[in-house]
Amino acid sequence: MESLLHRYRNITVLFVAIIAQIAAIAWQVRQDNDVPLLRVWAVSAVTPVATAIESVRSGAFGVFGDFFTAHGSRDESRNLRKQLGDLRLRNRLLENELSAAEKAGALAGFKAQTRSTLIGAHVIGTTTGMGTRSVLIDRGSLSGVRRGMAVVTPDGIVGRVLEVYLSASQVLSVTDAGFAAAVESQKNHTRGVMKGMGSSSAKVDYVPGGQKVEKGEVFYTSGEDRIFPRGMPAGKVTGVEDGPTFQTIYIDPFGADAAPEEVFVISDPVHQEIPNVPATDTPVFLAPDAKGASGDMPQTLANGTQADQLADQYRKLGAAQGHVIGVGAPGSLPPNFNLKVPGVNAPALAAGATGGSGFARGISGSSGGAVRVYQRPIGTSPGPGAASGARAGMPLGISRLPGGASGARAGMPLSARLPGAASGARAASGARSASGARAGIPLGARPASGRLLPR
Amino acid sequence: MGSSTGRILVDDARQVRRARYPVWVFFVVPLSALLIQIYLPLFQTLRFIAKVDLPLLVTIYFALMRRSQIRGLSIGLILGMAQDSFSRFYIGMYGLCKTMVGYLSASVGMQFDVEHPFVRILLCLVFYLFHQFLYWVLQRAVLDQLVVFDLPGELILAVIHAFIGVALFHFLDKLRIRE
Repeated sequence: MESLLHRYRNITVLFVAIIAQIAAIAWQVRQDNDVPLLRVWAVSAVTPVATAIESVRSGAFGVFGDFFTAHGSRDESRNLRKQLGDLRLRNRLLENELSAAEKAGALAGFKAQTRSTLIGAHVIGTTTGMGTRSVLIDRGSLSGVRRGMAVVTPDGIVGRVLEVYLSASQVLSVTDAGFAAAVESQKNHTRGVMKGMGSSSAKVDYVPGGQKVEKGEVFYTSGEDRIFPRGMPAGKVTGVEDGPTFQTIYIDPFGADAAPEEVFVISDPVHQEIPNVPATDTPVFLAPDAKGASGDMPQTLANGTQADQLADQYRKLGAAQGHVIGVGAPGSLPPNFNLKVPGVNAPALAAGATGGSGFARGISGSSGGAVRVYQRPIGTSPGPGAASGARAGMPLGISRLPGGASGARAGMPLSARLPGAASGARAASGARSASGARAGIPLGARPASGRLLPR
Repeated sequence: MGSSTGRILVDDARQVRRARYPVWVFFVVPLSALLIQIYLPLFQTLRFIAKVDLPLLVTIYFALMRRSQIRGLSIGLILGMAQDSFSRFYIGMYGLCKTMVGYLSASVGMQFDVEHPFVRILLCLVFYLFHQFLYWVLQRAVLDQLVVFDLPGELILAVIHAFIGVALFHFLDKLRIRE
């Protein structure tokens, strides 16, 4: 027996090793448990070295790398090469500093804007495995990182913490096939589950066929998974495929565009709103000001809206009754807004009737059949051919017209008696008078001289 | 490689002698392979290194050169489990694959002149494909994951691994203790 074992020692060891590992895998799968000790050993052995290398690289590699790069042009003259090298070094150094400053500024801005509590971390390595996408960060349980915490950058979500060690953590990337997060589209608010695909892209599952999702639309985290706070950018839709039950939506994750160097672990997530869709830049045609438009603008627009005029009218009515709008105890009697006040909601008395100055326009008939429009100061004697019924000093608004004005009765508003008179024969004070004019004469054709052509 | 006789099959006792290395090589080389694979892909221009399974090549090399099946499977087991520790999968997936590769490499190393470049290219190519296929089988059988085996892609990667393997083996040969 002993010789048999010795003879098949190698194959026996192989079987033992294989069976032990299969048993270990089966135990992990069945218990949904892990072998943390082995991971701790491996990660503890490698991450300090990676951290040290990264620190040295970030501090010195750029300067030395550019130094050697600048010395590559040996064919040029020595002076030019030296100058060029110096300038390149300085330029690259400044670019690096600028880039670092911009990046730091963006990170600081992001940290200041977000309401969640963040832990800054450096990415110090990627992890191995077919179809697996995860990274190592230099913050662990000593820094307060816990398993399941969300990892983000200002660009978008990066992943979630898979394993936590003392000074490092393993982060499952959004593109890993095992990653999932609840997301919501920005424009149509379509909800779904974002899943990694093991490649550089991801997809959104469980979106029913009827829901609208557009290419180019942005998905944000919805906060329903209790890992990522609501409102973090997730990715942009690159394609939509209809399925029998659910749509398949392919998205380009924001946080996986390039390997991030700095990330944030969200230790205390606070939801924020998903921003509204920005307005499109579609140009809108605005016509230029029409020539002479200001003169033709209606009176209501020139003096404000109708509501403004109504409010002004109420204010004047209140003032006429000794009431100030907005003043007065609750329950006190309001002013009578139906009261007719001349000049406010009733025809005003002509200025001439009160002896005031002003002009009144009259329309007179002539023997030649021409209709004249004339102006005269109210209170002065009428001109030749003036309305025979109107006398100086009479209120023009109620002037008695002679029988020559066919169809018109004394006391009627001229606008009702004389179509077209509103534009052709309007007194400055609002009072109108007409004589010898017949209803139906198109007065609107009045020339600039005030002379109306016979029909 | 310099001592390669030009023949592929082993035909004398000199060729089956085990290569010897300083002790530090057995620590530094595997650790470096792991470190390179997890650190260098961080840089945009070096992302392709994530596709290169350096721990696998190191396993093949030491198993071939040490010509001991137990040593070969041991180094495969340790490197594979270390690699598992950095992946999100269960520990033992890579360990099992590399254990098999280590054992078979050592077995093959006793039959061939493993310093011959053609043998090295061929072995790297075959063992890479075997490793990937075994991993794929484990993913489907043990973890019940519906993963597709991308044969054309794996073939291209196998060729790349073969040439990287030859260069790496040439470098590692220089660490040997000369007798």
